[in-house]
Amino acid sequence: MSDNTAVLEMRKVDKSFGPIDVLHSISLKVKEGEVLCLLGDNGAGKSTLIKTLSGVFQPTRGEMYMDGKPVNFTRPSDAQNAGIATVHQFGGTYPLMSVGRNFFVGQEPTKGYGPFKIYDREKANAIAVEAVQNFGITRITDGDRLVGGLSGGERQSLAIARAVHFGARVLILDEPTAALGVKQAAHVLRIVNEAKRRGLAVIFITHQVMHAMAVGDHFAVLIRGAIAADFRAGEKSREEIADLMAGGESMADLEANIEGYMEAHDGQPPEPAH
Amino acid sequence: MKIVSILLRRPASASVLSLIGVLAFYVVIGGVDFGQLIGAASWVNYAARIGIVAIPVGLLMISGEIDISIGAMIPAGAMSTAIITGYYELPMVFGILGALALGVVIGAINGILAVRTNVPTLIITLATLVAMQGVVLAGSKLLTGSASVPLAAPEWAKFMFGQFIFGGSHQVVIIWWIIFAAVFWFVLHYSKYGNWIFAMGGDKESARNAGVPVDRMTILLFILTATSASFVGMCHAILFNSAQVSGGMNDIFNIIVSVVVGGVILTGGFGSVPGVFVGTLTFAIVNKGIDFTAIDRNWSNLIIGVMLLLAVAMNENFKKLALSSAAGRPWKSKDNSPQAAAKEPKT
Repeated sequence: MSDNTAVLEMRKVDKSFGPIDVLHSISLKVKEGEVLCLLGDNGAGKSTLIKTLSGVFQPTRGEMYMDGKPVNFTRPSDAQNAGIATVHQFGGTYPLMSVGRNFFVGQEPTKGYGPFKIYDREKANAIAVEAVQNFGITRITDGDRLVGGLSGGERQSLAIARAVHFGARVLILDEPTAALGVKQAAHVLRIVNEAKRRGLAVIFITHQVMHAMAVGDHFAVLIRGAIAADFRAGEKSREEIADLMAGGESMADLEANIEGYMEAHDGQPPEPAH
Repeated sequence: MKIVSILLRRPASASVLSLIGVLAFYVVIGGVDFGQLIGAASWVNYAARIGIVAIPVGLLMISGEIDISIGAMIPAGAMSTAIITGYYELPMVFGILGALALGVVIGAINGILAVRTNVPTLIITLATLVAMQGVVLAGSKLLTGSASVPLAAPEWAKFMFGQFIFGGSHQVVIIWWIIFAAVFWFVLHYSKYGNWIFAMGGDKESARNAGVPVDRMTILLFILTATSASFVGMCHAILFNSAQVSGGMNDIFNIIVSVVVGGVILTGGFGSVPGVFVGTLTFAIVNKGIDFTAIDRNWSNLIIGVMLLLAVAMNENFKKLALSSAAGRPWKSKDNSPQAAAKEPKT
């Protein structure tokens, strides 16, 4: 464990919606050049946690710190200004706009004066292409190309490159590999590694253990809104993590049970337990 | 062949093809005298009337919203000009400002409702459309006791908004249409605001996250559509020295058809000002140019319906073509990658 302070830290954060408690006493931190993988099955509270980190929700109890100082994000733009960028699955890209225009939405480079400031297409395209190429996406060479024609992995990478270019320090990636094929996912994982190499703090949310293990330094498993396990890379095997995510039950046992049941019941799966 | 396939990917292509198709149809089937059609004022005047409104409506539709209250705003602009200057005999400046201010107010109401509620803007503007029809009719009956009000415009107002140009029967609104098109062409394709409009049509939430003032832009676009409609009404009141409550209702559909024929996709995010311009010309030629053919003019609506369906189908295809192409506009684009110099030219 290095002793430098965490870029972003949560201490004992609870989040409730009325009587329903969604997050219980969440404590986690992420440092520069580190990838924190948040693992959890659907409904474990991952999206609530992301929204709390990115300023959409405020914690009901508990504190958040950036660089050791307490912070309170009342709006998503507060978190953005502090350098926290959230990239959703296909969020932040516009299929019918060019790569250059996509990259600079809201931050358009212009040339000229007064009311005749024109969008500097050449400059936008050159910067955008350079930024994505530096992230290792060499297939994008033309800034005029429409983003809808890119692959899912390339679109993710474009969104990540954009966030990094505009000064993000913490990158929250919400299931960036969920809808992708094997090759495309590998692509995105390379981008995550590149962001880490550049000293960004990355929070990588996924339910694919393999993807998490490929890039993660630190893992937190979320079950029913609480952190069920918190460990560093190499401390647990893939099977152990999968078991944790499945709620403590051994995945291998479950699989064996289902197979055994199906063999005995003409291939019918068992009724799910309640 | 390459240049053809490149041009086919532009948002304006559907409208250019529609224009060529309609002209070919009129020449071959309708036996139209081409020179006479080009020289005629009727369709150009009509194109200018709907075109001034169609361009801001096109921008609004690219941003993912729609405004049909423009149908009521054209007569509202005309009536407010006529009531202020004709009935109350106030100076013309008040009439012009009154008409434009009415557009700003109604546009702002549409925009604020669109931003504050989750009601689709088709429904919001349908409500303001019907409400404004009521206000205009009841208001003019209440104030003037009539649904038709005459006015006498001073020389300068005639010169600016209501004269005939080229020594014939072309109206000065044609010049205004060209100015509108030039300004909005610049805004949509060459300013950062254009980028915002496309981004809003692509993904409103992401645009907001990227720092685009989505709400302010939406309200502004609604103000532009309503004000351009009241501007057109004002010009017509000045030109014809009178205003009627009934005029302008057909314009809603005609304007939206022009925008769609012009290559704007109904779901937003794709379209162009040149496309809407050509789409409006095409629509006007179908609607008014039919008088110069041997075809009975009652068939014009059939042609418009068929053209609309073809245009929507073409728009979808052009969108797909644009997406699948390696480059949006290769004749202008260059390889922006650092290693491009070392690479062979792309085939």
